[in-house]
Order: sequence, then structure tokens, then C-alpha cells
Amino acid sequence: MNIIEVNHLHKKYKAITAVEDVSLVVGQKEIFGFLGPNGAGKSTTIKMLATLVSPTAGTALIGGFDIVKQPNQVRQTIGLVFQETTLDERLTASENLFFHGMLYNVGRQTLSRRMGEVLEMVDLGDRKNDLVKTFSGGMKRRLEIARGLLHYPGVLFLDEPTVGLDPQTRNRIWTFIHQLRQRENITIFMTTHYMDEAEHCDRIAIIDHGRIVTLDTPENLKKMVGGDIITLSVTDRERVKSHIIEKFGLPVKESGQHLQVEVPGGETFIPTLAVDLGERLRSISMHRPTLDDVFLKLTGKAIREESAGAWSGMRVHMRGRR
Amino acid sequence: MRALKAIYTIWLRDVIRFYREKTRIVGMLGQPLLYLLIVGTGLSASFRMSFAPQGFSYLEFMYPGIIGMTVLFTSVFSAISIVWDREFGFLKEVLVAPVPRWSVAIGKALGGSTIAMLQASILLLLAPVIGIKLGPLMILKMVGMLFLIAFSLTSLGITIASRMETMEGFQMIMNFLIMPLFFLSGAMFPMNSVPPWMATLMKLDPLTYGVDALRNIVFAGSPAREFLIQFSMGTDLAVVAAMSVVFITAGTLAFNKIE
Repeated sequence: MNIIEVNHLHKKYKAITAVEDVSLVVGQKEIFGFLGPNGAGKSTTIKMLATLVSPTAGTALIGGFDIVKQPNQVRQTIGLVFQETTLDERLTASENLFFHGMLYNVGRQTLSRRMGEVLEMVDLGDRKNDLVKTFSGGMKRRLEIARGLLHYPGVLFLDEPTVGLDPQTRNRIWTFIHQLRQRENITIFMTTHYMDEAEHCDRIAIIDHGRIVTLDTPENLKKMVGGDIITLSVTDRERVKSHIIEKFGLPVKESGQHLQVEVPGGETFIPTLAVDLGERLRSISMHRPTLDDVFLKLTGKAIREESAGAWSGMRVHMRGRR
Repeated sequence: MRALKAIYTIWLRDVIRFYREKTRIVGMLGQPLLYLLIVGTGLSASFRMSFAPQGFSYLEFMYPGIIGMTVLFTSVFSAISIVWDREFGFLKEVLVAPVPRWSVAIGKALGGSTIAMLQASILLLLAPVIGIKLGPLMILKMVGMLFLIAFSLTSLGITIASRMETMEGFQMIMNFLIMPLFFLSGAMFPMNSVPPWMATLMKLDPLTYGVDALRNIVFAGSPAREFLIQFSMGTDLAVVAAMSVVFITAGTLAFNKIE
């Protein structure tokens, strides 16, 4: 049985189409990733699935419940961790969990056992009676994940779960997410704009301008790119580009100030190319395909450029939106 | 059942936070104490209330008004915390929970009124200092009345806070709604000595009936009663109760619309 079934979901805001014809299914215990730049429609999709925003057209079932007709059943079935913290910082960790359990109607006895369980799971057992405002960013995120799990949801939605955290904490969160799947019978649906994080997923949907561009396992997606990617910096970009196309019959892409050539067996191609280009070549490098390249291939732009640019603006944007 | 549990949860959160923030309790007490000790003492030294019987001080007149003021401010502040919750994200956690929205609004109204009632009740301890005798039954009546007034005002606050995206509009609300409500409530001066246009405005201020109800209770056996009280207890109760119904309905509807 598929725990999430999305059929032709659309969301329009006046003139803007945020999500266009999104269809997908997610199986039980899967880690499913939604990958795309900021503003691609990831959060809007999650919000629709979480019954926070109603779709303009299309349907979705979560655990067999319709997101439009049975919002309360859907809400009971899912756990949510948002980009921004939604903890009450003036309450203790335990109190935050307790109130969540009350709102999700977890029985008293189950609740106190479960609270201990999830707190242990995220290593916050010894901090349970401390006020949340004394917690670090990573601890807060862990507590939020624990809270999202408290009512035994079938699906845990994580919207950019590691955004704004340092690399060490990000790794820790990921270790924790993997453990989670071992221990709990849970499906994880997450969004990210970090390519390296998407590699943790069983399957990924790449989304751009509100549409799903492709959907597959990270391995298969990387196979799509084909060979190794050689990045060149040259003196005369336009002429070198047409030269390589003519002489080697290889497609050349421009990425910022650089040229990119995709070729199988790159390590043997580099010397040939270097000799051929001679003094016009300033630098050359090669890498194995990553999801970044998949994204570039499918959308014609690099996701990191966009996210890097969006980063500074994002804080402001987030504050404004609250 | 689920809705009741939600109401209790939202109420409990407010009460826990109130209990924990003792500095806020003290801070909120500062204002009424300043009014009573400085404004009250100062004015009663300069003015004699023309209608008042011998030996009746302005401080006694003002005391129920200041309790009313405390209820007003605490209620509105408690309700405005919805805007903080929105700012700090907690509101989202509540809005995505599988509970009806109206239960959240009612829980919030009850939480705010409980806090406002507790805060104002602390001022009852000052009664002997002011020279007012309060029996146990009177205190009980006062506390009940304070809760009812607080409930209507918190509901009013929820109606406003549900429409506020940020705290930027707060100053406006303070200056154009809360302060006029307070000044026109008869807390500081009696209605029977002001010009007719102002008396009309005062009659339109719902808090007037709340303050009048408090005076009805406090001065039940006092010779100054005739001059101090404008309406019957029945009228006061009816108006405050009606106000509660209207505002909690408006508050729930407004809260339902939050995105």
C-alpha cells in the first residue's frame, strides 16, 4: 500500500502558479526527497499535503485519508517539522511534548512513556526539564523532530530539516533520521535544497518552477548525466566552445564563467584536451556526476548558484512571512 | 472530548507561563500601584468630589476603577500574545493540530481571563489600605465579576490579535482603543459630573458597565452608594455578559480566518 498518493495537484496564487500538476506515490518506510531551489514549490506542496493550504485542483491521499475532505484524520496521521521553529521557548522540553500529546489526543499513560522514548531517541533525556530557550539550534531541531514523532504518525514531513545548522549538527540529524526508520514504522517525506543531503533519500523528485522535472533513485538520476564532467576555464569562451563541439563532437554547456563537457572516461580525455587547447586553457578540473549535475542537465542551471544567492535574502524573507 | 482537551491544553499553557514569569506579575502590578499611590493620592489631596459625602476619599472611588484597568490591560496583553506566538512560530504548531479552531480560541480566551482575574485579584489585598472593608462573599463576587469582565476583554483582544500580522499595529490599538476604553470607563472620574457628549461616550464604553459592576459590589452597603453607582447590578451584568457573547463569537470567527 502506498502511504502517500498525490494526483495532479495544482496550486495557484492569483497570477502565480506555485505548484503545477504534481503527481507521485510514496511507499511505506521510504525516505522520499523533494529537491529544488528556493521558490520551486517544495514548501507549498508540503503545506498542501499537511492540510495547511488547500489545493486549487487535484487530490492527495495520506494513509488513505483525503487531504481536502478529511483534514483532521490527515493531521493525526502526520508529523510536521517546519523550517522555522514552532516550539514554545518559554516552556520546558517536556512541556512542549506534553502539550503536543494533549492536542493530538495521546492517552495519558501512553504519553508519559512515549515522551521518555522520543526524548531518549534524540538524546535530550537529561535536558527534559530545561526551558527550550536555553537550547542550541541543533537541540531545538531534534526536539521538534521528537515532538513530530510523539503521536505515532505514519508519515513525518520535514521541511528543510537541516537548514541553518552547522555541518556537524546536520550529520547528526541525518544519522538520527536513518535510525528512526530502523526503529519506527515511518515514512519520511522531506524537502531540501542541499544536493548532498538528497543523496540520503531512497528516491528523489526534482522540482523546478512548480513542476516535477524527474523522479528516481539518486543512483539512477546520476546515471542520467552519463560520463564524468570536465569543467574548463578558458580565455576565449565562445570560440573554444564551438571548437570542442566541432573537433570532439561533444556537447558543451556554459556554467557561469566556465565551460562544461560531459565525457565517459574523463581522466584520459583531459590530456588530449589540454594539448589541443594549449595556451587558451587557464584551468581544468573533473568530477564524477552528482545530483547538482543532474539538476543542471535537467533545468539548465545550477541549483547552488541560486541557493547561494537566495541565502542572504532568505532570512529576511522568512521573518517577513511569519 | 477532543475539543475539551484542546481548550484545557491551551488554557494550561497560559497559566503555566503566567506562573513562571514572576517578573511579569510584578511588572503588571506596578502600573495600578502607581495610579493608586501617586495619581490617586495626588488628586484626592487637590480635589474634593462635589457630590461625595463627608469623609469619602477620591482614592476609594478610584480603587474599583484601577482594578478594572488592571483587568483591561492584562486581558488585552494576554490576547495579544497570539501575535508573539505567530512571530515565534508556536501558533503554527497549534494551528496544524487535529483540533477544531474554535476550541483553541476559547482555550486562549479562558487562559487570558484566568490570568487577568488572578492579576486583578492581587489588588484586592490593598482594600484595607484604601479603607474599604471586603467580606468573604464580596471577594467571591468580585472574583467572579472580574473573570466575566476579563473574558469579554480577552475575547475582544483575540478578535484584534487574529487580524494582526506583526506587533507594529500595537501602538495604534493602545492609543485608539485601549486607552479610550479605560479613560471613558468611569474608572478615574464619575459619569455624573462630565459634559453630556462625554457621558454619551461613556455609556457606549462596555468597560463602564464592568467598572460599575465592581463598584456595585464594593460599595453595596456604603452611604456613598447613590452617588457612586450609575446602573443596577442587573444592567451591569447583562451588558458584560452580552459583551462576552458578542466578543467571543467575533474572536472565534476571526481566529478561524488565520492562515
